[in-house]
Amino acid sequence: MSAPENKRRAFLAAVGAVAVAPGISLIAPSQAGTAASSAVRFGMLVDTTKCSPGCDACVKACAAENGLVEPIADLRQGSQWIRKIDLVDTATGRQHSLPMMCQHCAKPPCVDVCPTGASFKRADGIVLVDRHICIGCRYCMMACPYKARSFVHQPLTTQNPEVPRGLGCVEACTFCVQRTDRGLAPACADACPQGAMLFGDLNDPQSAIAKRLKEVATTQVRADLKLGTGVRYQGI
Amino acid sequence: MARVLTLLASLVLALPFQVHAGEVAKPAVKIENPDTQCVAPAEEMRRNHMEVLQHQRNRTLRLGERGAKVSLNGCIECHASKTNGSVIGGKDNFCEACHAYAAVKLDCWDCHQPKAGYKAAAVAQPSGENK
Amino acid sequence: MKNEFSRVEEKLFYGLAALGALVTAVGLGAALYMEHHGHVVTGMNNQIVWGLPHVFAIFLIVAASGVLNVASIGSVFGKAVYKPRAPLSGLLCIAMLAGGLAVIMLDLGRADRLVVAMTHFNPTSVFGWNVILYPGMFGIVAVYMWTLMERRMYPWSKPVSVAAFIWRLLLTTGTGSIFGFLVARQAYQSAVLAPMFIIMSFAWGLAVFMVVQKVMYGWNDLALHPDIRKRMKNLLAIFVAAVFYFVAVYHLTNFYFAKQVAFERFILVDGGIFPLLFWGGWLLAGTVLPLLLIFVPGLAAMRGSVTAASLLVIVGAFCQLYVFIIGGEAFPLEIFPGMTVSSSFFDGRIDHYAPSLPEFLLGLGGIGIAFTMTVVGVRVLRFLPKDDLAKLGAAGSLSD
Repeated sequence: MSAPENKRRAFLAAVGAVAVAPGISLIAPSQAGTAASSAVRFGMLVDTTKCSPGCDACVKACAAENGLVEPIADLRQGSQWIRKIDLVDTATGRQHSLPMMCQHCAKPPCVDVCPTGASFKRADGIVLVDRHICIGCRYCMMACPYKARSFVHQPLTTQNPEVPRGLGCVEACTFCVQRTDRGLAPACADACPQGAMLFGDLNDPQSAIAKRLKEVATTQVRADLKLGTGVRYQGI
Repeated sequence: MARVLTLLASLVLALPFQVHAGEVAKPAVKIENPDTQCVAPAEEMRRNHMEVLQHQRNRTLRLGERGAKVSLNGCIECHASKTNGSVIGGKDNFCEACHAYAAVKLDCWDCHQPKAGYKAAAVAQPSGENK
Repeated sequence: MKNEFSRVEEKLFYGLAALGALVTAVGLGAALYMEHHGHVVTGMNNQIVWGLPHVFAIFLIVAASGVLNVASIGSVFGKAVYKPRAPLSGLLCIAMLAGGLAVIMLDLGRADRLVVAMTHFNPTSVFGWNVILYPGMFGIVAVYMWTLMERRMYPWSKPVSVAAFIWRLLLTTGTGSIFGFLVARQAYQSAVLAPMFIIMSFAWGLAVFMVVQKVMYGWNDLALHPDIRKRMKNLLAIFVAAVFYFVAVYHLTNFYFAKQVAFERFILVDGGIFPLLFWGGWLLAGTVLPLLLIFVPGLAAMRGSVTAASLLVIVGAFCQLYVFIIGGEAFPLEIFPGMTVSSSFFDGRIDHYAPSLPEFLLGLGGIGIAFTMTVVGVRVLRFLPKDDLAKLGAAGSLSD
């Protein structure tokens, strides 16, 4: 583990929860040996009115944090845990841009269809793939309405130590679980120059995200499916 | 007593293979940091490291428990070879030495990073280029 | 036991077995190649996640459950003409199921984790159900064949055949529901898919059976009684027409839903290869031509018309599955209705798929497995359908 990270961890242990950037509140880091709590429901609010079309700081931060750096000839076979989508309303011509990733559904279709139970939802609502028992059938990729999952099409050697990932398994955004467990927000939220991605505990009425969600109009993508997404958008 | 019996039984069972076993040299496991203490005695780790790791992997991944005494990354940090920085790659590397000898497939390193202190280099190919 | 195949030259048998083994070996080699390099060597990607191997596998699995129908008509529904055909029907069922499952398993990203698939079970997953349904099918059909071929077991034949019939309906429901339970993609998410797959299995299974029966009769210098032939081809025609009905209902309902029109336009009009395979492959070659070959007197009288019709039904089946699986996946997910979208992940774009050689060889390997098992099976056991024409005639079973 690198020295700055050690420092950060010590800092967090001492302080508990602090705000390191406007709009991003830290959550209490999990203590050694304590499990993720079902009292917590992690979520994210994306303010698309602040999101600029040309910017992909979140995507780059995700790639660096999670080691998504392997080159691939056909981009359609490469992993993208988060991507920027540019939208144009066909009726009105209004344009905007937003980041799209795993929506961490309350009722995730990927978890329902997974034959082995490799796709699962943690107590705190984070949807993950257990690569130890993923057989690579890709049924979850057929089932995800957000195209949020990628299949690792080639052998990897450049994984980051805290983010194991490998050939033949399906993967997706983890809300940077290695960071959230330490009390940090996901890398994308930290990196957004506009502070457009607000991460926190939806269940805690005192959290910044819960307060904002109470004030502003937000939407879930494909709300018609009633999946109870953990990610919400403002200004779609 | 049970131990002696087990030993005897395995010796009898292994008799037909004795001749061949003699030809393969026992792996020379190199301890990179001899002055440090492992999470458990060597004898216990030798026999049970897979159970320990599997138990902890499920707790970490499924339950979100962090900071336990046992961690795969902890093993790597201590046992990675000073030559190539990894626990695999050759007969002298910590994991591979025994696993090659025992002919047990190593599945961890398809996904886990076997190098100590590794940090993925800057994005080689921007995956975020629009269109 | 008297060898029913004594007339077939030894050489021919070994040649065929060797051919089957070779195709199987090439398929396994292709799977190893894919396993080693990863799916980067295939045409599959993050949008089209299931490719050509799945077209082969699903054909084999669906046809496997359908081919058992021949036995069911005899044992469950008591049609005397079909009874001598039951053992062959069971053998083909097991052989094709094995071929199809092998392809599915070998296409997995982690094919080495077969044990994980068997030991971890998620009850909400349709795939999970299939992990029980498919091996169960092997077991039930094996017992069923035992009751058919072992004289002491004859009394059990009826109840076991009923169980097998119910199980095969569940199995095909499971296969259709793999797609029917998907809300994400526009091609699927329809309850009609389960019964549609069942009726497809009837048609495809019978077509496969007719071809195999024809070949076996040819080797033995036997000819199928014209009345039996007529009954079987009429049944095939009914199944083919029923498939047409279900496909028509599926597409017509889609056309009625405004949100589905763009998808239907893609599949039926401007989707390139997919409309071509739909209209030319499935409708013309796989549906209209077989019906003409069966019913138009001039064509039906031609030699080999029924076999040609059966082969065309199989060709149509492959076209239909290609359109359904690949075409259904190629159409972009509608994540933001009413918006035009673009991204680095190809959102909003129609995907193109070019199957690679290993994928094709793997799929072919599945057919190789089914073929080899059938060739060996008919060689070592009594599978040739032999009709007791006098008895059938006396019972009035030959006429409709």
